[in-house]
Order: sequence, then structure tokens, then C-alpha cells
Amino acid sequence: MPGTVQSIERAAAILRVVARARDPLGVTDIAQAVGLAKTTTHGLLRTLLQVGFVQQDRATGRYTVGTGLLRLGDPLDLNEVRARSSNWADALAARSGHTVRLATLAGADEVVVVHHVFRPDDSAQVLEVGTALPARTTGLGKVLLAHAPEARRPTGSWATELAEVRARGWGVDRGEHEPERGCIAAPVRGPGGPVVAALGINGPVTVLFDGRGAPRPVLLGMVTDAAAAVSRELGHGGG
Amino acid sequence: MPQYVVAIDQGTTSTRCMIFDHGGAVVSVGQKEHEQIFPRAGWVEHDALEIWRNTREVVGQAIARSEAGASDIVAIGITNQRETAVVWDRKTGQPVYNAIVWQDTRTTKIIEELGALGGGADRYKDKVGLPLATYFAGPKVRWILDNVDGARERAERGELLMGTIDSWLIWNMTGGADGGQHLTDVSNASRTMLMDYRTLAWDESIAEEMGIPLAMLPEIRSNSEEYGQGRKAGFLAGVPISGSLGDQQAATFGQVCFERGMAKNTYGTGNFMLLNTGEEAVPSQNGLLTTLCYQLGDGKPVYALEGSIAVTGSLVQWVRDNLGMIKSAPEIEDLARSVDDNGGAYFVPAFSGLFAPHWRGDARGAVVGLTRYVNKGHLARAVLEATAYQTREVLDAMNADSGVDLTELRVDGGMVGNELLMQFQADLLDVPVIRPKIAETTALGAAYAAGLAVGFWSDLDELTAKWAEDKRWEPQMPAEERERNYRNWQKAVTKSLDWVDEDVR
Amino acid sequence: MADRYVLAVDQGTTSTRSLVFDRGGRMVAVRQREHRQYFPRPGWVEHDPMEIWANTRRTAAQVLADVGGAGEVVALGIANQRETTVVWERATGRPVLRALVWQDTRTAELVAELVARPEAPLVRERSGMATAGYFSGPRLRWILEHVPRAQERAERGELLFGTMETWLIWNLTGGPDGGVHVTDVTNASRTLLMDVRTCRWDPDLLAFFGIPAAMLPEIRPSVGVLGVATALPQALPITGALGDQQAALFGQACFAPGEAKCTYGTGSFLLQNTGTELVHTRSGSISTVAYQLAGEPVHYALEGSVAVTGALVQWLRDGLGLIGSAPEVETLARTVDDNGGCYVVPAFSGLLAPHWRGEARGLVAGLTSYVTKGHLARAVLEATGWQTRDVVQAMAADSGLSLPALRVDGGMTTNNLLMQFIADVLDTPVVRPMVGETVSLGAAYAAGLAVGIWSDVEALRRNWHRAAQWTPSRGRAEALDAEYPRWERAVQLSIAWGAPPEPGVR
Repeated sequence: MPGTVQSIERAAAILRVVARARDPLGVTDIAQAVGLAKTTTHGLLRTLLQVGFVQQDRATGRYTVGTGLLRLGDPLDLNEVRARSSNWADALAARSGHTVRLATLAGADEVVVVHHVFRPDDSAQVLEVGTALPARTTGLGKVLLAHAPEARRPTGSWATELAEVRARGWGVDRGEHEPERGCIAAPVRGPGGPVVAALGINGPVTVLFDGRGAPRPVLLGMVTDAAAAVSRELGHGGG
Repeated sequence: MPQYVVAIDQGTTSTRCMIFDHGGAVVSVGQKEHEQIFPRAGWVEHDALEIWRNTREVVGQAIARSEAGASDIVAIGITNQRETAVVWDRKTGQPVYNAIVWQDTRTTKIIEELGALGGGADRYKDKVGLPLATYFAGPKVRWILDNVDGARERAERGELLMGTIDSWLIWNMTGGADGGQHLTDVSNASRTMLMDYRTLAWDESIAEEMGIPLAMLPEIRSNSEEYGQGRKAGFLAGVPISGSLGDQQAATFGQVCFERGMAKNTYGTGNFMLLNTGEEAVPSQNGLLTTLCYQLGDGKPVYALEGSIAVTGSLVQWVRDNLGMIKSAPEIEDLARSVDDNGGAYFVPAFSGLFAPHWRGDARGAVVGLTRYVNKGHLARAVLEATAYQTREVLDAMNADSGVDLTELRVDGGMVGNELLMQFQADLLDVPVIRPKIAETTALGAAYAAGLAVGFWSDLDELTAKWAEDKRWEPQMPAEERERNYRNWQKAVTKSLDWVDEDVR
Repeated sequence: MADRYVLAVDQGTTSTRSLVFDRGGRMVAVRQREHRQYFPRPGWVEHDPMEIWANTRRTAAQVLADVGGAGEVVALGIANQRETTVVWERATGRPVLRALVWQDTRTAELVAELVARPEAPLVRERSGMATAGYFSGPRLRWILEHVPRAQERAERGELLFGTMETWLIWNLTGGPDGGVHVTDVTNASRTLLMDVRTCRWDPDLLAFFGIPAAMLPEIRPSVGVLGVATALPQALPITGALGDQQAALFGQACFAPGEAKCTYGTGSFLLQNTGTELVHTRSGSISTVAYQLAGEPVHYALEGSVAVTGALVQWLRDGLGLIGSAPEVETLARTVDDNGGCYVVPAFSGLLAPHWRGEARGLVAGLTSYVTKGHLARAVLEATGWQTRDVVQAMAADSGLSLPALRVDGGMTTNNLLMQFIADVLDTPVVRPMVGETVSLGAAYAAGLAVGIWSDVEALRRNWHRAAQWTPSRGRAEALDAEYPRWERAVQLSIAWGAPPEPGVR
């Protein structure tokens, strides 16, 4: 039988103490209650704070149970996803020079735009937040379908293409949704790893892709980096 | 063999049956909730047949759960949600419409029209002791006659009967279409706007103005006398039905407020304070209702001043259901105790206007005095304090109307378990607040009235001797602080007024 | 040759951030540290200046390390929370007490007393601003009155006064050991002690507030050399400093008269460039210094400050616990279609522009049993929109300048429901720029302009790009016009709450 992980055990003990307390607790109280050194307790609390399992009152420094723990298992709030992705999405638009969209799966065949940053050329553009796009013909949709729970994934010839998208960590469309225009998209992961959204740039096919239809590496790198940064921002630990 | 009295407490959300022994102790209880029907905003209805079914069911439950058989039961007392009106067919026992509940505000237009005939809200006040308001039963009956096809003609032909819930239950319990007694008691009749509180008779001119045929009105009787006996097919066949009181009057009776100057305050969804004014009916100059307190057999009627507050306990429910700030109502006290005071915040819960002593339909809820420092703990305190402040307003009005300052307040109802509220209440009123040992004062009052009529209990002194104090809260707040807080509250009330106008309905 | 970068320090109300920008105005690196908020009594808000200095030093060092050899950081610019007041010992660098934050209302009584004096009109005449507890002069007066011997020590030159940029520049340039004691003209204009026309400390104002000249920093242009930061791992010329809202105006490239921005943060700050002429205000907006380039005339702006906007959402989260995170307010608001008839006036510590009523207190009006937390969330967001409208109307009355579009930035601009509501309630397009970090970008622009990274303001204008635009919905403006009196009524109630009891109330 495998042994237990000590720090998880200790963190669980701390959470129990904090959760049962009637009033917010200071680090000294908590350390005493779980029988650990203050510094050890402090270290564990800092990690718990980071993942949102405890929260700290700014004025008193005391701890209570965090909303992250209360909402364990709740889906990620999409308005929060937009707020947290905003800086990275802006930077992606500024660097790439293309329209940026963040989308999430809505039903089996559609994705809905959660966040949209204009192409930085100051031309007239319309905010697309809330707009639905087809899932199967957009890079954003393919990324989301590829990472959807198995029951929601399309089958047949699609399965192969989606498996590929899943394996390489990005998806594209080349004029499949709008003529001459295409998209490069990458998955955004929430805490614990599930894909919660897709982030992508949208622009002329000839600019986004090379002669053989492969996404230009510089742009692809920008998209996957930005998606990884947003994932980190959302609390996804891994790279 | 021990003997018992049955009390049926037909309330706004549920019907209960309680069996009391001679000592006034509860030996068993049956209870069932009924559906709240909200056909439109501001409309509240109950299915009168469901209420009658539930009444039979809870009586059965209570008897089954006790050692008593029907033969051990000497009397039945009834107490009921007041002002809720039913109109039914004398021949079939079928209601022509759902019961229109006291909280229902559909009669706003009828009220305005009647007021426009002259005298405004005080048009009938000299005779009935009440201001024109949607709260009372008469206009609700008028609405049914106006809006149910053929109802008015049938009522004029004597085919329809009207009643508050006490009438509806007594009629059914004494046989219904088969010889049921159509009567009501003085306390319920005093809430219809149709009874002259001096003569204790229906006022024909008001009934005519309100368009209610006299033929459909029940006979007015005292609160304690034999009205009839349980129908043959029922659980309580042959048992005398001998007590009936509206719920707030029943609570006053259960709190043994038999002396002039004694008062009780019930903390429920709303609050109801009744002050016994003896054999003198005191007209209110300060926004209170003049109402019947009780009349025993052919004794002289005893009157009360009443202060009704629409929203007290239901504000706690609102914080629970609409804001989700607490999971259960009692949690409000824990939350309130997380802080030392209200942080400067005041909550005026004028959700659909203010009742006593303001009677302002144009008011709407307001929270004032918010700063960054105010948190949900402070808000919870403000919520509890709102009940206490509103009670203070009513008490001040009582003192002004009666000319005698109340020296203590007896309390009952759901919120009296809240220590924080009760202490604050005592602080704010500057009189002791006292909770009795038997908290079920409403059902007890009905049982007392029924038992007196059949000689189960001999007189009021015997009942008075049974009352025992459970807990007393003494005022502790310095006068200056009390009055400053109260001034803030009064100011807060002014911020809730005048909100509704042509723009906001 | 490596790229040339600029370091910006954004010393804000809740945190201190250090950011590095490239020539394109793009953020290259960022570090941030929050500091503790002290609420010793209702209405009091304090920060620990030592903590803020430590956070500045630490984040700046980190961000310089993050950049490493990728580029050469050549200048430092500072943007700071305005009106927050620090007094410290020249000899030791120790603050005599914690900083009094701009939200702090302890000076209310003092201000009432000052306003009652016959010479009081002088303040508006010279400083361009009303005598209000919001500005730093009264806070400084409060400190001199409440810290033992502070007045005499200040007169002897033992104590120094500064807003946050002054405190940081003094520490960055050596502290007790030769630190430069300077302030920028935008920050100085917020003290009530400076003549807004000459941009010098005014002796009459100093006399009015009882402030010894010996403790005041030297007033400098916002763009130009202020000193050399020697306390960082790499010595950097400090060549830009602006109050945070002026920095945002600069970062939003609002260089022409009429151009305006609104920053939606804890509070909201709407500034409209009015050029080199000072506008006389009558309607509740204030005239303030926008920026000054060394050797050039001062540019002015009209400002409308709203104390509580984002802070109201935080209150919903922290005070009431109705939401888990600030962005969730939009999710909650979208559970219903309207405000259910309720209005929230977040006058938590009085109302600023355009009402300037310190006695007002927060209020929720129009509650019925129908109102849920969803309606409340909508009312919370709408409060920001209504308050923006109040300010825009006042400014239009004062300046006569029209508002072709409102440039927005700050944390609340990711809230779509709110941004659309603002476009609707103003009946004006609302535009968000690509770089949301306008405050720090403005500081970087100021610093970079002084050392020649950018040639002139036109070069900065070319860096500005639109990231999103909200256009007024058809028909909504009329509906909201009709609703506006409800809001105004609620505002009047919140003001009346703080007023002395009416004669009718016993």
C-alpha cells in the first residue's frame, strides 16, 4: 500500500481546523491546533491561500475558508475567465497584430465568444462577446471539441483530426468558416487541468499560414504561450 | 380519566391542531402546511377546501398521537389567520373563489374608490376602528362579488355565504351544507370593516356602500360560548365547539393579558402588538387599530389597541432566500453576533409600504448609513434591529393613545428565541421584555376560551395563575444612546417614504 | 543593440507594481505586491509607508532581474495614488505615523471648521479646488495637530511632507543620506497648497492651513529629471512622475483638448484634457494640472472623481459575501433582466464629484420582497454608470467641450455588462485601449519622453490602439433618461441621511 503524503495530510488538518472555527484564526492558533511549528503552518497556509482554499483578512491577517474550497467542483465563472485573461489577450493582439478571441463550448456544435480583442489597426470593428460560432469549422471549436469529455466528442472521421489536435496542443482552420480567413487556437486549462476555454488569433489565411498550410511558427508560439499564461493565471499549475 | 381541550390553529402557512391538558400543557400536535398561491404580483390566495381537508387531517394526527379519545375531549377552540376571506355556496359548500389572504393587495383600487367617496382612509374609522387598507376582509369579499361571474346575483338571492376562516371552519365542522352553523366571533368580525365596534353588529350602511348583501354575513357571537357540536361523521362528533378568536387576540388571551394596560407582542412574519384597553374602546390618534380584544359569553366586550407591522420575521427570510446570506433563519443571530453594533446601518423593510403607525403605501425598503466598514454582520444586526425599532414605534403610539405608559411587554412568536433581538428590544423600549413558559400562546388562547365556556376552567383568575415567566430581559442601554439610535431610525424611515410615485408602481 | 526599455512603478491604493515597457508601449515584465490596509476606526484608512517602500524596492529589483539582458532599462517613471499623505523624519526616514490614505475621512470636522473661516474662499481661488477632506493639505494639518510636537519639529525642518511619489523618490535617491525631496506638479496640485496658475507653493494657502514651508518638497515638471535612483540594483534616472489619474490620461494619449479617459478601479476618475487654459468650474468638476513637460507650459484637465465604484463590488464580495470574486458580479447580475427597482448609492464616505457632500452615506433604495441578490448586483454595477453620468454632465456644463467618446481603463473594463451600460447611459461610445495598464504606461511614457525613447507626444499617440468598443444600444438612452430621476432621488436621500436631523424628526 502506498504511503501517505505528509504535506497533504497536514494541509487537510489545517483546513479542518479553519473550517470548524467560528471566528477567523491567526496562524498561531492554527499551528497550535494542528500541533505544527508556526513556520511550517505558515508555509502550508501560503500554498492554501494561493489555490484559494483559505482566504486571509487583509486587516487582521486571520484566516477563513476560501471560496475556492467552497466552490470546489463548480464550473469556472466565465466572466472571471475574461477578467483574468484580459492582459494576456491584449498582449497577444498587440504582438501578433491580429484579432484575439477567447471562447468556450456551448452545446455540441457551437462555441460562444467570451472575450474579444480588436485587431490593433484602429479600423471599425464590432465587439463579438456573446456571439456563437460553429464548433466544427473554427480553430477555437476544434480545440474545444478535442478536449471535450469523450461523450460530447464527434465520432467518425472527425475523431482522427481531433485526436491530432489534442496530441499537438493546438488547432487551426483555414478558410473553413469564413473564406480567406483562418484561426490558430490553443487550449486554456483551469485549476487541475481540464480545458475551460480556447484562445486564438484570427486573420487572413495567407498571413497566418505558410505555403503548405502550416501555421507560422512565430504566431503559433505566441498563441500557445498566451494560452499557457492564461492557464497559469487561472490557477493551472502545470506548464 | 383525564380530560382535554383541542385547539385548532389555522395559520397563514399551516394548520395545526394541539391538544391541551388541564394544566395548560401540550400533549400532542398535528400540523400540515398548505399551498401559497401567487397568481400575480401582490396576489396571495389559499385553497379553502385544502384548508378544511388539512384541518380534519391534523385533528386526526393529534388525536392519534395522544392518549385521548373523542370522549375525553371536552371542548374545541379555534383560532385563525385574520382578515382572509372566503365566499362559498350555502348548498354545496363549494367556495366560488380561492380564499383571498390578508397579505393580498389586489383591493387597492376598491380602497381608493371607497376613500374617494369622502373622508379618505378614515372614512369608516369612527365606526369600525380601522383605516381603509387592503389588509381587511370586507373589500376582499367585494372583489370576489365583482369579479366572479354571477356571484353578486347569487349572493343577493342568499345562495352564497361569506366568512373569515373561523366561519368557514365552524360551518364545516358543525355539518356544512347539512345544518352547519354560519357564525363568526367578535374579534374576527372586527377585522372586516363591516362591524360597528360599539354595538357589535354589522353596520348596514357600510355593507351597502361596500356592496355586500347582509344575507351572506354570518351571525356575530362572543369568543367563548357553545357555537355547536362536532358533526357526526367527524373525529370529534358531539364535542362542543366553544371558543373562537383571531390569532392575535388568541395570543393576547393565551398571554392572559386580562387587565387593562397589559400588552403582548407576537414576533412572526410580521409583528402584532395588542394592548388591552378594558371595556373602553380607544380611538387611535397615532396610527393604531381599535379592535375587539375578547368577549366572554354575554359579558361586556373588552377592547384592544393593535399595532400591526408588515415585515419583521419575513425580513430574515428575505435575507436568507433572496440574498442567500444565511442558510437558515436562526443563523442571523450568529452573524449579528460577529460584530458589536450595526456599524451605522439601518434597514427599513418597507417592502410593500409601511403599516402601523405610518400606514404609508408609498414607502419602499431602504438600507441607509452604509460605509465600507459595514459588513454582513452589521447588516444582520440592522435586520434584527429593524424589528425592535418598528416595535418601539408601535409602543410609543400605544403609550400616546392610551395615555398610560406600558411597564412591561410580554412576547411570543418565532423570533423570541433570538436573545440578541430580545435584549435589544428591552434596551430600546426601556421596559422589561418577558417570555412566558408556554410559547404556544395562540393555540393556548383558543383552548382557554373554549375550556372556559364549558367550565373546564372556572374563571380568568385560574388561567392567570397558570401563566409563568420563562425569561426576562431588563433594559441596559443608557438613555442617551437609546434615544440617539432611535432618532437615527426615525430619520431612516423618512428615507423610505415617497419612493413610489407615477414613475414607480 | 539591445532594445531600450522603461521601468514604471505604479504605487496604487492596494498594491505596488513594477512594470517594464518597450518602445511599442508593450508590457515586457511585471511584478506586484499588495500592502496591508489598516482600518483603525470607521472612516479611517491607513497604509504603512515602510511596507510600501519595501514593496517598491523589491518589485523593481525583481522586474529588472526578469528583464535581464533582454533589453536595457534606461529610465524610471512613477505613478502614485494621489492625496495620500506621509510625514517622516528627515534624519531617520521614519514616518511619524502611518500614511493617511485618500479615502480616509477623519478630517471631516477639521474641514468643516476651515470652510467656516472668512478666508476660506481663498482656497478655491488659488488652488482651483474646493476645501475638501479628499485633498492632502487638510490631512497634513491633521497630522501636525495630532502628532505630539509635530508642528514645531516641522517648523525646525526636522519633518518632511510628501505624497507617495515624494516619499518613494526620496527613498530611491538615498533617503536620509542625500535623498531628493521633490514632488511633481500634478501631485502638488492636489494638496490645496499650490497656486494652480503659477505652480508654486502659495504663502497665503500655507498660512491658511498652518503648514511650515520647511517641510514641503520642491515642485517639478512631470516630465524631466527628478533624481537618480541609487537604491536599486541598477542606478536609474527618475525622469517622470505623475499622479495616477494624470498618468492614465497620459497613457491613454489624451493630449488634445476634449479628449477624456475614465479609469474604473476602486474609485473612478474621469479626466478631460482642457489644454493650457485653466477652466473655471461651477458644476462640481474640478480643474487640475494634467501634466507638464520640462520647459513647456502646464496642461490642465477637468476631473470628476467618484470615490466608490469597484470598491462597491469588493464590498459585495468581502462585506456581504454575495460573490466569490469581483468578476462574478456580472454573472450574478445576468441572472435577472433589470435592477428590480432598486438603486445603490455607494456614498460610503460621502460623495465626491459632482456633489462634494462629505456627509452623505451609502444607501440602498427601492427594496421590495421581489428584489434578489441578482437585482442588487445589477444595481451595484449601474451605480458606477449613473455616477459616470453625473460627472460627465457636470464637466460638459463647465468646459463646454463635447465628449466624442470615452476612453476607459482599469479593472472594471472587463465587465461587459457595465461597459455597455455606461455607453447606454452616456449615449456615447466607450472605447478600451489595447494596453489596459494605462497608469503605469503613462509613467513610462513620461520617463521615456524625457530621455528620448519617444520623440514627442505624437509618437505616443501612434502607440494607442483600440481593443474594444461599446456602442450605445438603440433606444436605451431614452429609457435610461427616464430612469435618471430615480437615481437622482436616491442620491438626494443618501445626502440627506448624513445631514443634521430635519426639524420634523424628533
